[in-house]
Amino acid sequence: MSFLEIVQITKRFDRQTVLSDVSAQIEKGELVCVLGPSGCGKTTLLRIIAGLETATQGQIIIDEQDCTLLPARKRNFGIVFQSYALFPNMTVLENVAFGLKQKKQLSREEREERTVDILRLVDLLEHKDKYPRQLSGGQQQRTALARAIVLEPLYLLLDEPLSALDAKVRVKLRGEISALQKSLGITTVMVTHDQEEALTMADRIIVMNNAVVEQIGRPREIYDNPATPFVANFIGTMNFYDHQGNLFAIRPEKVELVGRTESYDMVARVKALEFKGALTRIYSTLMDKTEICVDIPSEVFDGEKLHEDALVFLRMPQEHLREYPLEKAV
Amino acid sequence: MRQRLARLSFAQLITLLALLVIFTVILILPLFALFSKAFLNSSGEFAGLANYVKYFSTPSLSSSILNTIDISLWSTVISVTLGFLYAYALTRTNIRCKPFFKYMALIPIFIPTIVHALGLVYVFGRQGIITRMGFEVALYGRVGIILSEIIFTFPQAFLMFLVALEFTDGRLYEAADSMGASGLTKFFKITLPEIKYTVVNVFFVCFTLAFTDFGAPKVIGGSFNVLATDIYKQIAGQFNMNMGAVVGTLLLLPAVLSFIVGRVVNSKNAGTVSAKSTKLVVGKSLKRDTFFFVFCSLITLFLLFLIACLFMGALSSYYPYDMSFTLRNFLFDNSSGGIKSYFNSLQMSILTAVFGTIFAFVYAYMMEKTSGFNTLRRYGKLLSVLPLALPGMVIGISFIFFFNSPSNPLNFIYGTVTILVVSNILHYFSVPFFTATGALKKLDSEYESVSESMNIPRWKTFLRVSVPLSLPAILEIFMYYFVNSMVTVSAVVFLYSAQFRIASISITHMEEAGNFAQAAAMSLLILLVNVCVRALYEFIVKMIKKRNNDDKTRQVKEST
Ligand SMILES: Nc1ncnc2c1ncn2[C@@H]1O[C@H](COP(=O)(O)OP(=O)(O)O)[C@@H](O)[C@H]1O
Ligand SMILES: [Mg+2]
Repeated sequence: MSFLEIVQITKRFDRQTVLSDVSAQIEKGELVCVLGPSGCGKTTLLRIIAGLETATQGQIIIDEQDCTLLPARKRNFGIVFQSYALFPNMTVLENVAFGLKQKKQLSREEREERTVDILRLVDLLEHKDKYPRQLSGGQQQRTALARAIVLEPLYLLLDEPLSALDAKVRVKLRGEISALQKSLGITTVMVTHDQEEALTMADRIIVMNNAVVEQIGRPREIYDNPATPFVANFIGTMNFYDHQGNLFAIRPEKVELVGRTESYDMVARVKALEFKGALTRIYSTLMDKTEICVDIPSEVFDGEKLHEDALVFLRMPQEHLREYPLEKAV
Repeated sequence: MRQRLARLSFAQLITLLALLVIFTVILILPLFALFSKAFLNSSGEFAGLANYVKYFSTPSLSSSILNTIDISLWSTVISVTLGFLYAYALTRTNIRCKPFFKYMALIPIFIPTIVHALGLVYVFGRQGIITRMGFEVALYGRVGIILSEIIFTFPQAFLMFLVALEFTDGRLYEAADSMGASGLTKFFKITLPEIKYTVVNVFFVCFTLAFTDFGAPKVIGGSFNVLATDIYKQIAGQFNMNMGAVVGTLLLLPAVLSFIVGRVVNSKNAGTVSAKSTKLVVGKSLKRDTFFFVFCSLITLFLLFLIACLFMGALSSYYPYDMSFTLRNFLFDNSSGGIKSYFNSLQMSILTAVFGTIFAFVYAYMMEKTSGFNTLRRYGKLLSVLPLALPGMVIGISFIFFFNSPSNPLNFIYGTVTILVVSNILHYFSVPFFTATGALKKLDSEYESVSESMNIPRWKTFLRVSVPLSLPAILEIFMYYFVNSMVTVSAVVFLYSAQFRIASISITHMEEAGNFAQAAAMSLLILLVNVCVRALYEFIVKMIKKRNNDDKTRQVKEST
């Protein structure tokens, strides 16, 4: 049995169904990302796992124990919210030590030692006497993380922990959080709407849309074999086209440009070109106006032949093509 | 049926239940006692509407209704106009000394309404300063009451308009300017529509205050009867409890009406000021500024003049015959309560402020920051707005009916300071509750979730996080309770005992005995402590703000 089992969870607020029959299994020590667009129910799912929200139907099983009706305070987890919810009237040290004070079985020295250790771990020891408003966004985030792990919880829940930070700090902290999670070996569920974040950090990803789970798998699996057009489109870029009543999909970097004399599958007209560093993206349209993007390495890009309104000949290699039932088109 | 996850812990449920039980006992049961009295005859049998029939067929009684409406309408119309102009001057013109004008307008809040009347006596009374200059006003009766109620309601109107006029969308005025609209056009097309709901609200608030006020008509009303003085006569003079209850229910009418209108109005009044709104830039106009400066100066001068009269009365040997300086008036005769009544007032106000603040804040916390047991919670919300509709007189007489009943096990608090404190907490509950709710709404709702994840008991999070972060609001509530308890007359006039007299009531007695100098002296003592409490509050809040800002500046310095 897995460490954390989400069994057919359904959640309704008034009439709106926010989660519909959501199931997933999370193994011990894993970092699982819940990925989906805003409003699809990610936070609600996280709060149900935490016991901060009640499911309308379904079960939450943690460590082989049915926790569905167990209140949050008895579940032993750490949580970091999007807002961090740091106590503004306490210093970094006090924020982190606040929960420890409850642990009466620890001596005062042990508690202090533990606080200092954790602060050193997240590299905040020199800032320990500052108030949250005196910290940068990244430092605040790490304080929240320190507070969440100081009680050595069974599992860690992160709700968009990086979305309030600017791009550079975000990339740096991605690595730090992953490293910390691996070194502690703590089972972690992280909610995000950023596909790049999920792909780089997660052991496995649960992709959600409109209250349902679309796909669960390793980042690579999900990227290479998206189960639904939604997943294909949400993670990375995907070209869709209709061919003889079937819906086909292919990633831009898998489309090949060939000469008109070679065997090709499609003819398209170039609409725009976009230099993206290592790659150059060609936006083109088929005869039926379907848009197709092609990524080619910038070093093979030939400005002579490729310009707006030029005709291009496209080959879609069989092995990279995916086919979906047409009614599921996005 | 599925079992539900218990969101409310046992301790929280007990707290919620305790609060609701207390509230029910001090609000619902006394009101019930009031209404049942109104429908019973003097021997306790059910009388149906007989009391009301009797009331309306006795002209000496029912004429009070028209009197009350008359003085309330006049004072409200004038007060709303003055309050609006004063607030307009402070928000939409470039006059100097705005902070000074603002604080001066608040003077009447810090003294009992009977003192407004007392000031007027010194100005327009038989030996008044203006009267002696040959300018006579028929002060005692209708005119005096109207003038007093204007002074009483003016700060309320001013404050409400101030809030409404401060929040506006400057873009509207910029657009109007670009179309070449005149000042008057802008006023009628933008300003008035923007605040029309506030006008309605202010009107009802002032009307209700004037309609239910007891202090001014008691002191200055002469033979001009209004509902509030009628109740007093029925209850304290003739011991006709049933007729008193009838008048009490009538006193509820404008509050109930304004409550309904307020509901309708406020539901339509969804905020029109968006995040994109720009601040209004006040244009230059010497004519306008001169007019408003003179206007504000006149109002301020008048209020200062009233206070100056109190000083003059309190500090002179025997106004107007012997004007030599003396402090003898502060020694007070014991017949009307003496200096002891002042200390009693302080004691009562501190107790009210301490327990009222705790009650209102914990109550707001339970409503705002816990979930589950929604039916109980809905009942709690309903209770929290009811005191808004209850005039002090009504609270006073329903407390008599309920707590003075020999069969009531709580009978022992009757005649003690406790019942005064309880009635004040209830009487002034709604504003503190809204203040607390507003402050708690601003706190991140995840503080509680985080604490719960760490298995920290709720009371600890409450004490260590919610309370410190709401400190400015808590201080504001404390100050509000204190100041109002120092000046209130209406509810407590029925509830104080000979052993525990309080200052505001003593002033009434001193005035009745013609002892104006001592009344003025006592008023000054009340004014003094209230101004000090207010100043202390402003100082502490300023310190808190300053500390937070200092930290921020330090952070900026470090990061550069
Ligand atoms: N307490 C609540 N009451 C009613 N609706 C809610 C509540 N919490 C969330 N919702 C609704 O549930 C939906 C999913 O919300 P959420 O789980 O926060 O989405 P996400 O985190 O994926 O952006 C939204 O439409 C939101 O409006
Ligand atoms: Mg969310």
